Amino acid sequence: MLTLEKRPNPSRFWTIVTPLLAVALTMIAGGLLFAILGKNPVEAIRTIFWDPLFNEQFAAYSRPQLLVKAGPLVLIAVGLSLGFRANIWNIGAEGQYIMGAICGTAVALAFYPAEHWYIFPLMILAGALGGWGWAMIPAFLKNRFGTNEILVSLMLVYVAENVESWMAFGPMRNPQGMGFPGSRNLQQYPAAANPELIPGTGIHWGVVAAGLAVLLAYALLKRHIFGFHVRVAGQSPRAARFAGVEPKRLFTLCMGISGACAGLAGLFEVAGPSGQITDSFNVGYGFTAIIVAYLGRLHPIGILLAGLLLALTYIGGEIAQLQLNLPASAIQAFQGMLLFFLLGLDVLSNYRIKRKGAQK
Amino acid sequence: MSKTELLAVDGISKQYPGVLANDAVSFAIAEGEVHALLGENGAGKSTLVKMIYGLVKPDAGQMRFRGAAYAPKEPREARASGVAMVFQHFSLFEALNVAENVALGMENPPKPRELAHRIRTVSEDYGLPLDPARLVGDLSAGERQRVEIIRCLLQDPKLLIMDEPTSVLTPQEVDILFKTLRQLAAEGTAILYISHKLEEIRALCDGATILRRGKVVASCTPREKTARELAELMVGETLTPPARRQKPPGAVALDVSGLSVASPNPFGTALQNVHLTVQQGEILGIAGVAGNGQDELLLALSGEIRTDAEAIRIAGQGVGDLGPNARRRAGLVAAPEERLGHAAAPDMSLTENALLSGAVRKNLVRRGLIDWTAARRFAEAVVKDFDVRTPGVGTAARALSGGNLQKFVIGRELSQAPSVIVVNQPTWGVDAAAAAAIRQALIDRAAAGAAVVVISQDLDELLEIADRFCALNAGRLSAPRPTQGLTVEEIGLMMGGSHGMEVAHAHA
Amino acid sequence: MTLGGIDIVVLIASLMSASTPILLAAIGELVAERSGVLNLGVEGMMIVGAICGFVVAVHSGSPVLGFFAAAAAGAAMAVLFAFLTQVLLSNQVATGLALTLFGLGLSALMGQGYNGLKPPSTPDIRFGPLADIPVIGPILFSHDWVLYLSLLIVLGTWVFLTHSRAGLVLRAVGENHDAAHALGYRVRLIRTAALAWGGACAGLGGAYLSLVRVPQWAEGMTAGAGWIALAIVVFASWRPWRVLLGAYIFGGVTVLQLRLQAAGIAIPVQILSTAPYLITILVLVVMSARRGRAALGAPAALGRVFHASN
Repeated sequence: MLTLEKRPNPSRFWTIVTPLLAVALTMIAGGLLFAILGKNPVEAIRTIFWDPLFNEQFAAYSRPQLLVKAGPLVLIAVGLSLGFRANIWNIGAEGQYIMGAICGTAVALAFYPAEHWYIFPLMILAGALGGWGWAMIPAFLKNRFGTNEILVSLMLVYVAENVESWMAFGPMRNPQGMGFPGSRNLQQYPAAANPELIPGTGIHWGVVAAGLAVLLAYALLKRHIFGFHVRVAGQSPRAARFAGVEPKRLFTLCMGISGACAGLAGLFEVAGPSGQITDSFNVGYGFTAIIVAYLGRLHPIGILLAGLLLALTYIGGEIAQLQLNLPASAIQAFQGMLLFFLLGLDVLSNYRIKRKGAQK
Repeated sequence: MSKTELLAVDGISKQYPGVLANDAVSFAIAEGEVHALLGENGAGKSTLVKMIYGLVKPDAGQMRFRGAAYAPKEPREARASGVAMVFQHFSLFEALNVAENVALGMENPPKPRELAHRIRTVSEDYGLPLDPARLVGDLSAGERQRVEIIRCLLQDPKLLIMDEPTSVLTPQEVDILFKTLRQLAAEGTAILYISHKLEEIRALCDGATILRRGKVVASCTPREKTARELAELMVGETLTPPARRQKPPGAVALDVSGLSVASPNPFGTALQNVHLTVQQGEILGIAGVAGNGQDELLLALSGEIRTDAEAIRIAGQGVGDLGPNARRRAGLVAAPEERLGHAAAPDMSLTENALLSGAVRKNLVRRGLIDWTAARRFAEAVVKDFDVRTPGVGTAARALSGGNLQKFVIGRELSQAPSVIVVNQPTWGVDAAAAAAIRQALIDRAAAGAAVVVISQDLDELLEIADRFCALNAGRLSAPRPTQGLTVEEIGLMMGGSHGMEVAHAHA
Repeated sequence: MTLGGIDIVVLIASLMSASTPILLAAIGELVAERSGVLNLGVEGMMIVGAICGFVVAVHSGSPVLGFFAAAAAGAAMAVLFAFLTQVLLSNQVATGLALTLFGLGLSALMGQGYNGLKPPSTPDIRFGPLADIPVIGPILFSHDWVLYLSLLIVLGTWVFLTHSRAGLVLRAVGENHDAAHALGYRVRLIRTAALAWGGACAGLGGAYLSLVRVPQWAEGMTAGAGWIALAIVVFASWRPWRVLLGAYIFGGVTVLQLRLQAAGIAIPVQILSTAPYLITILVLVVMSARRGRAALGAPAALGRVFHASN
């Protein structure tokens, strides 16, 4: 009989090793899943994890895509990670992402077709504000009424998706779009476009913002008292209050930061890779970012690596769709499994496994 | 009294990581005997009774119960054999009513109506009145203990284990409990009584087994020993009471007037119109049974609950509406009762925990940026000055023993040159040597001119160090009186007497 | 009886049917939460139930078998959750999210090739002349067996929680797991059982969507029903009859909203579609704002990790 024994200090070794182990186990379990579906598991795994980077046929397209997809994931996940550390559960990043994109697009469309240097900065501001504002709804309700933020932020995702669809079909529909739903393509509107900055790399302003967010969050957690308060609040809320943390203020701040990050990610996406608001503009980055945050151990550097890995699975998933006829959803099951393994293996960093009755 | 052996424990050992909790412990209890298990915190008493009750399995050794081999795999088996236990931290469910709580502790509870009837009968027979329909969360600590005792009595136990039962009672309530226990013993029930309170054991128990660091160091008849002799057996060394000198107190440092706050907890106690003043160089002791507003008073003083500015004044300046850090700036430091999770963050290192409350007064944060070097130096200084045993300041708080962490927490607060100090249960669950060191440090701070408020449920501690004495009862604070010359009777009345229990005993 | 072009009797009859998936999921989750575990994976368990029920019903031709399969699949998902949270002591919130993400992905994967198929139908129970009673007939006697089962489950849950020994133990575990452990109750076992029951109910709820309500398979067809079920448990203050009330209110809003869409009202469809979600938020706010004793309905140990230290 095995028993668990809490470690006096969390194990540093396992903290780093468990994500790698989780990825390995996911590959095995995923391979089994593909085998059940009648696909060659080795080929499927290779298609998802190897081909995007090293297969000559795809690499030219997919290498830059890595950063394009990792950018929003990392940006959102870094924002979420602060809250998650403090046990603040903003699950509605997907909604904040949509609202950021809508607000940013609204600014762009309001100026169309004028060309001013300040349009893009204004859009960035609007995007951040849109995400922030959408996140302030659960924050306000929690602080004022004690309403559960998980449920409210999540409900607001469905609301945001409906708003998005309404925008695409109604107010924001491109008058020159020949009746197709969807807004004007911002990539064709230079003042509002978020172009690839260095050709062939996939780097756009959103990727830059994600990088900055990683650095900022790292400094915040390491050196700033706010980061310290976030960590204390997550570990023991009463000790945090003793340390002078105002729970409501912390809550508002963390929700706001994660909302603004998600809103920014949405804005950079709509002005860049996606180009327009359609009713299928959002592809689940807000939810995948939750996995990214956990896989990265809520640590900025870890999130950066995890974001790249999950971006890889996105691209690999697309290739697998083409090559192996795998459904797009396979990747989602894959990501869910990854999170399972990670959470399950976490036990190794906080507990020691012992045989019952064995002497130390 | 019969001499038939009821329970014999033979060579029981239990190893926990890093500590041998029980080392070949042997002792025996006869039917109808009240037997004391005596020892300091951490001596292994709780582990031993958990093994008797089937919650923990021994690594080695055997037990015999009523002549037969006894090795309960779970509490259910222990209960079936006739062993019942009243826990130190109650195993009760606040949102359930008394009858439901009792039913949960029984193997085959009768129908609800009959159970309610039996609860009433038994509770009156033993002078422990209890309404089966009341929510346990609404009961006082003493009443909760009654629920536990009655839960046990309904099973007709042969052996009743009581873990530190008097730590939540007023002196008057202790008398009533003792009457009940003697009645039970007279009826043939053996009682295993765990305590570190020596006078109680001398008053109640027929025999005693004394544990020190997991080993039986002595067996004796407590009535034949003095309290001092027992103490020395228990601690293993001669203790000197803390030294103090009388000095006239100075100006009023802390002035609380008309303080009323609601409790942040659903079953907590609101403070009602609390008045107190503490002068420089003075120690005010606040007694009271657990759950009478001690936590709330500490939170209100530390700034974790805010109130009107003028309700709390430090050196004449109203601070009632300020948060913890602003109060620290004004000179007030506080050490809450709960070490792990309130006074310290369990998974954080000592350095981080030093920063937790020391940031303001020790200048560890400048313009939002943490000075980790200074924080580490501060933690190291606390560890050194207060003799905290730890591998280093990078160790997580929860890796420290209770006594060492408490020394760190108290030391962290006292090292900030405070003008007002508020502590709640400063030596709860701490071994005697550490407790003595903490009390001495508090006295020394007072001697250096700080105003000290000590909230404690340990009357001996308060009588030892406090200049003035008052008690919290249902959120109200009694008028303070000089500690010198107070009788136990008077103290008991300040704490709320017997909370209405004596009436029932008249029928018993 | 009509109101603004909407027949009230038909509205009530159809809201009962519309509410049943949420009702089933919520009453199951209520039991799990009363044992002290917060399982945010309801959505995932529902949708896996929906596809498993659908697949089995299509292949076997028996909707009853389909519902059984759905319950089993939901329970299996819940046991997975129980293993992670109770044995490996993982964070309940994160694990619940993982369960939902995994369930959504897995169901989509399993559902490949089932789009557009029609499942065998689940007929309404024939009550003979009872069904012809005006007003009462259509409301009470015109439904399928699963709907009646859902009402029975609510009744059974209430009896179980308030009048049975096992229910008392379950509540005790949810209230204070350390105390329950000290009394010798098997906290993890009890919680695993409660979770499995919750999963089975969620699976049934999902299958009701794919086999009765829609009845078809579509990716992501639960569309937040699992999350609404979670909200209803809060709304109900963890009491079974209020779950019924809550579910029927939400069902009512959903049905009304659909009728208004069909009636061609001058509000964009997408805005009307947000109604159930906005109402959920509103109800959560109202329930949370009522503090004091009402808030005590929440099991005190909800969401806390249990690890016996001895």
